[in-house]
Amino acid sequence: MSDAHSNGKFLVGIYDDDDVVLQAVKDVKKAGVRIHEVYSPFPIHGLDVALGHPRSRLGIAAFMFALSGTITALSLTFYTEGFDWPMIVGGKDSYSPIIYVPIFFELTVLFCALGMVGTFLVSNGLGPTVKPLMYDLRTTDNKFAMAIDLSKNNIGEVDIEQILKSSGAAEVNVKQF
Amino acid sequence: MSHVTSAVRTPLVTGGKTYADVTEDISKQVEGAPTREWTIAFIIAVVVLIYGTACLFWTWWEGLGVWGLNKTVGWAWDITNFVWWVGIGHAGTLISAILLLFRQKWRTAVNRAAEAMTIFAVICAASFIMMHAGRPWVAYWCLPLPNTLGSLWVNFKSPLVWDVFAISTYFTVSLVFWYMGLIPDLATIRDRARSKVSRYMYGAFSLGWNGSAKTWARYEYMSLILAGLSTPLVLSVHTIVSMDFATSVIPGWHTTIFPPYFVAGAIFSGFAMVQNLVLIIRVVFKLEDYITVEHIESMNKVITLTGSIVGVAYLTEFFIAWYSGVEFESYAFINRATGPYWWAYWAMMTCNVITPQLFWSRAIRRSIVWTFVLSVVVNIGMWFERFVIIVTSLHRDYLPSSWAMFHPTLFDISDYIFSFGLFFTLFLLFSKFLPVVNMAEVKTIIKSSSEKLPASVSGVAKGERVANPTFNKDVE
Repeated sequence: MSDAHSNGKFLVGIYDDDDVVLQAVKDVKKAGVRIHEVYSPFPIHGLDVALGHPRSRLGIAAFMFALSGTITALSLTFYTEGFDWPMIVGGKDSYSPIIYVPIFFELTVLFCALGMVGTFLVSNGLGPTVKPLMYDLRTTDNKFAMAIDLSKNNIGEVDIEQILKSSGAAEVNVKQF
Repeated sequence: MSHVTSAVRTPLVTGGKTYADVTEDISKQVEGAPTREWTIAFIIAVVVLIYGTACLFWTWWEGLGVWGLNKTVGWAWDITNFVWWVGIGHAGTLISAILLLFRQKWRTAVNRAAEAMTIFAVICAASFIMMHAGRPWVAYWCLPLPNTLGSLWVNFKSPLVWDVFAISTYFTVSLVFWYMGLIPDLATIRDRARSKVSRYMYGAFSLGWNGSAKTWARYEYMSLILAGLSTPLVLSVHTIVSMDFATSVIPGWHTTIFPPYFVAGAIFSGFAMVQNLVLIIRVVFKLEDYITVEHIESMNKVITLTGSIVGVAYLTEFFIAWYSGVEFESYAFINRATGPYWWAYWAMMTCNVITPQLFWSRAIRRSIVWTFVLSVVVNIGMWFERFVIIVTSLHRDYLPSSWAMFHPTLFDISDYIFSFGLFFTLFLLFSKFLPVVNMAEVKTIIKSSSEKLPASVSGVAKGERVANPTFNKDVE
């Protein structure tokens, strides 16, 4: 997570509206400013694309975990019922994969869900002891914040402040981490 | 995934709420001191739970002989209650997963409470599994663990083992889904918290969430996959529960219609329970602007549909019992309707098939009082459905000398009361310490689906929507 390593001085533009901030991201980028990140109280569709974040690969992780669940279920049922201690119950074959479909399905879902959520938490650096980097406390309520890392921009602080204001920012604050 | 919402649709959020209003209205009840109503309800729930726990310990101490079971009816209230609770536990994940895939935006106001209900109902259901096993300290025998008891493994061919996997997976995934949905809202409360304790607690549980665009994008992606996973999962759980019965050779159980019939019944009873809880929550927490009559009507439509499916299933069962020409099967059904348990059968028919049809009337569907009463009636009917299936099929054995009746004892009843104490204690704790409506999700529909105030007042309607009032852009 890039946030955890960032230090230094940030300019934080505060916006009141999600449509305004989405347009502002495009405008500010066009003006040549590098945006660190945008913070919002709810997901804004298209914001990640506008910011140029790469498409999440969480789906690949989810598929891998799902597959591992299926394989676990297959090997568990095969080892126990087909190899270690075959049992004939109700005249059925001791190993017929069809009868274990519910087990395959449930373990696939279980592994996929837990693995994907775990991957999500790790990849976003989330955890019970993590102190959140809040650029503005109101971004979990009703405000939208655009953070600009001054050390990563060649444009001067005053100019950036002007660009943020003209893109619709209601206020521009300085945040030092 | 943007699409347009017609302006003629009835708003889902009334009162011209802004983003800040949403936060304020919903965080308020978490932050304030407990109300008197809550405290009284909580004390009652805990007293019931303590009484139930005492009876439950006696059940375990003395053995299952304290129940009214006999050698013919070896399964009665325990499994009835288990299936009843699991069925109720279907609505939450259905609302949050299936309705998410179907883009039903009204789910946003009720999904949090419904999911919480699901989790607590599944806990209650699991408690009956523990109870009817009789020896809860060896519950781990249900798991495929290497053991020294003769290198036997669990019988993976048995639907009871499938049930262990289905219910534990369902519980885990529902819990994770619910908790993931809570994180952004917990962060909201963390950032508003004034006391050190609540800042610490909500801070720890919100896992350091800060709402960055990258996290939100991944979060949305994860929610979609979780919804995709949960959809077949919801359907699988009650399918497998129904197989506990359907794979046996007891007349009245041995039918292939059971899986769809059980799933429909589960959704039916789950929505009825959601109605009961939500109708109370919206009044007590003054959330009438978020949980509107539209929401209640939508859920009543689901109840009518699933209730009708259940009705068709009852009739189909009866028809097939006759059409199959199997006399044991025919007898089982005639005995249900006219035998010694006729009253349970007709209670089930009336509560599940006849009364929910009143919801075809728009006035009744939109009436709070009717909805509450009919939802209670539905859940009474669904309890009788399970009782009828289980007890009337068992009590007439193949040999008339084995015929018996089932009479519940004090402990049958008290162990059922225990589950109510447990359920309401958990639900009341949830409603006090966690936001009962998903704030982040409601904020996403504010623009497209709320009753609008003039832009100058609301402070949110600045975009192009005002210029183009016919269509609202919907960002989901």
